[in-house]
Amino acid sequence: MKSLEDLKKMREAALKRVEMREGEKDYRVVVGMATCGIAAGARPVLNRLVEETAEKSYNCTITQTGCIGMCVYEPIVEVYGKDGEHTTYVHVNPDKAAKILEEHIGKGHIIEEFTVNAAQSKEA
Amino acid sequence: MMEDLAMHMLEIIMNSIGADARLIRIVITDSILRNLILMEIEDDGRGMTPEFLAKVTDPFTTSRNTRSIGMGLAFMKGLTETCGGSLHIDSTLGVGTKLTASVQRDHIDTPPMGNIGAMMMQCIQSNEDIDYELRYVTDVNEFLFRTADIKEQLEGVSICEPDILLWIRSYINEGIEQAKEEMR
Repeated sequence: MKSLEDLKKMREAALKRVEMREGEKDYRVVVGMATCGIAAGARPVLNRLVEETAEKSYNCTITQTGCIGMCVYEPIVEVYGKDGEHTTYVHVNPDKAAKILEEHIGKGHIIEEFTVNAAQSKEA
Repeated sequence: MMEDLAMHMLEIIMNSIGADARLIRIVITDSILRNLILMEIEDDGRGMTPEFLAKVTDPFTTSRNTRSIGMGLAFMKGLTETCGGSLHIDSTLGVGTKLTASVQRDHIDTPPMGNIGAMMMQCIQSNEDIDYELRYVTDVNEFLFRTADIKEQLEGVSICEPDILLWIRSYINEGIEQAKEEMR
């Protein structure tokens, strides 16, 4: 059974992580969580992103946003780098989300085939 | 689409977040004796004018400016009507909004409760400055969760640290299971 006492340990661990990293994370991962995103399956995607980041300590924060305006491409995950450049991944599912963290956040490689550009050129 | 009650509630809570609420109170009453599931969501956000409130469950009403359709409340209204319940919204401009939605617990169309822990995790994660109170009330017991209690323990460490969010998810789901246990 969990108790609020557990939080003390997690607090210590979090403080240690902050010391090690000395400040800002390199990436910000943003999930579209408006009605369109949620209806398309953004909830399990967000869950998986949080789980994988907790387990593997990826150098990123996970945040949410509203409707990005491309509802047909939901679930959408955007990855922002430190210098402001960003990549838009579309039709993301939990497994793709894990892969995005592994390749993009972990190794710095953009997965072109999951991006909105790839999806649009396939349609054209 | 909206396959469980948690998903419907998440939509409504997103409205509260969008209305700049600082405290959001959620009470879920899960009663076998009354054959009722009652969902109450109360916020201290900016509230609505009587004119806006009157048409708020219409899908072509929305406060956002990216698009002229808002489906969250329309879905909730449809759910309550299909499942033998009702929907009621009280709102005062500058004070806040309270939504009360009910469904018949054993109605064939009533969806499962869904993952309330995950719902809360997602709400908290969307803006760590908002405080939440969740009460899950059964016929015999009740579980209470307050982000203020968590933040007190964390003493400045962010509630949005991934391992803490996951802990909250299981803490809530365990608490709810326990509150339900004696019902069976």
